[in-house]
Amino acid sequence: MDKHIVVPGDFLSDDVKKAGDGTYVSEGKVYSNLYGLASEKEKIRVVSLSGKYIPQARDLIVATVSEITFSNWIMDIKSPYEGLLNVSEYPRRIDSSDMVKYLDVGSSVLVMVKNVSRSMKVELTMRNNKLRPITSGRIVQVSAVKVPRMIGRNGSMISMLKKETNCNIVVGQNGVIWITGKDRDMDKAIEAIQIIENEAHIDGLTDRISGFLKGNVEKEQETVKPAGSEIFDELLD
Amino acid sequence: MTDKPEKFIDENGIRSDGRRANEIRDVKIEVGVLSRADGSCYLEFGKNKVMAAVYGPREVHPRHQQKSNRAIVRYKYNMASFSVEDRKRPGPDRRSIEVSKVSREALENQIFTEYFPKSAIDIFVEVLQADAGTRTAALNAASVALADAGIPMRSLVSACAVGKVDDTLVLDLNKNEDNYGQADVPIAMTPDGKITLLQMDGHLTPEEFKQGLEMAQEGCRQVYELQRKALMDHYSKKTEVVTEGTTAEDVKKDAPEELEDVTPVEVTEDTEETEKIDDTNETGVTKETDDTKEPGDTKATGDTEDTVKAGDVEELEDSGEEVPETGKNADETDGQMDESEEETSNE
Repeated sequence: MDKHIVVPGDFLSDDVKKAGDGTYVSEGKVYSNLYGLASEKEKIRVVSLSGKYIPQARDLIVATVSEITFSNWIMDIKSPYEGLLNVSEYPRRIDSSDMVKYLDVGSSVLVMVKNVSRSMKVELTMRNNKLRPITSGRIVQVSAVKVPRMIGRNGSMISMLKKETNCNIVVGQNGVIWITGKDRDMDKAIEAIQIIENEAHIDGLTDRISGFLKGNVEKEQETVKPAGSEIFDELLD
Repeated sequence: MTDKPEKFIDENGIRSDGRRANEIRDVKIEVGVLSRADGSCYLEFGKNKVMAAVYGPREVHPRHQQKSNRAIVRYKYNMASFSVEDRKRPGPDRRSIEVSKVSREALENQIFTEYFPKSAIDIFVEVLQADAGTRTAALNAASVALADAGIPMRSLVSACAVGKVDDTLVLDLNKNEDNYGQADVPIAMTPDGKITLLQMDGHLTPEEFKQGLEMAQEGCRQVYELQRKALMDHYSKKTEVVTEGTTAEDVKKDAPEELEDVTPVEVTEDTEETEKIDDTNETGVTKETDDTKEPGDTKATGDTEDTVKAGDVEELEDSGEEVPETGKNADETDGQMDESEEETSNE
């Protein structure tokens, strides 16, 4: 498939119907509006090389509480916009005065974006049995535009990463990655994640990561399934 | 500060720095030089050295500045105290506030601000060394930095000045030509010829103005090729950016070949997408269609060229009233004149 790098304003097509993500139409012609990689299937789309996370409904993200108000937790979702988690969106009924007991400032939570209003009010929810506060493991941050590469086609990259490192890994759409497992395994996973982030644009990434993991992973006898396994697989479906 | 030379252009048509009248200075562009910025660019334009950083879209502080339907764009042009021969008093002054304002307006229209309501896009440009034409250099750098930050834009913006010395029109004035010349006209435009900034200091006849505009258009085109090439090179991560030591003339000749060179097979990638990303919704696209239908958005070609430009200039004049320091005088009635009384002493 033909892929090439474009800058904003580059001409892409005469066919307005082919205008996909990262493009705009002016006077019947399609142009790129981003600096990134253009590719063509049914539509021409441009994938940016950098950029901020813009929340969309149904995104699974990792958020951190930054403030508590009367009935909302205000959360940092690594975006230009803040997320709001209402008390009623917590899995169980809690009193407004007890909010701190469940989620204090600084707590990280696996949440889902419930709705994003036109004025970019981002409502979050935990009303799904997979969504929960994060109490163990580590969190690493990557650029949100690299998330598709972290996951790979049909989850190929992430499932390999999980298998090879014996860690459970949840990639939030906002680029925040939650890893649980043994300390050494997590080190390995984080290293691999950093390689993916830095080399996301270079061909043959999955093979290189596979090589990296297999070449270095020492044989571990027991593979203890960490807390919160399989959350990721099911949620992504 | 050097004194006024007897002649700016010798009998062979060579300028004091060895250029011909229609040549721009050497340009060097590096992309992504600042790790903490979302997008950045270091640019040398002759002896000018500028650094641009873009942050955002991000939360707006102070809150009351935010717009509910679009992002605000903030542009800060600042000259370092050591950027000129006599130490410049640090901080914003009348001149840099003006430059910031007109530069912001030159870029803001090209950014799809409506994609990021209630947010801010901050652009900072620091002039590290000044040698006439810093606002055009700053704009060129800022435009590349915006692209590097992944901010959606209609196109890049390229800027270049045209001026008059020894009764001759010259492209891209240097310091002496700027200080002692007869006119200085910084112009910024998009690759398809839409003018987003035009100022003028000094006097030109309407004919000279038209001719100067054409020269600037060619200059901006060359700058655009260099900007584009810098972005391509940055992506392919092939060692250093090669624009150093390359004259604009070389680029003019070599650009098409080199541009092909920088899209090698090895950097292309196979798509690995999640379902999420494949869920292409087209709301954004339809929105764009409305917004991008602007009058005068014609490709300047052949016969239409003059009319297009005249239209653009008039538009610019209208908005000229908002520009501080831009006095209107009698000259204006007989042509597209808009004399800016800015202080150029710092450059």
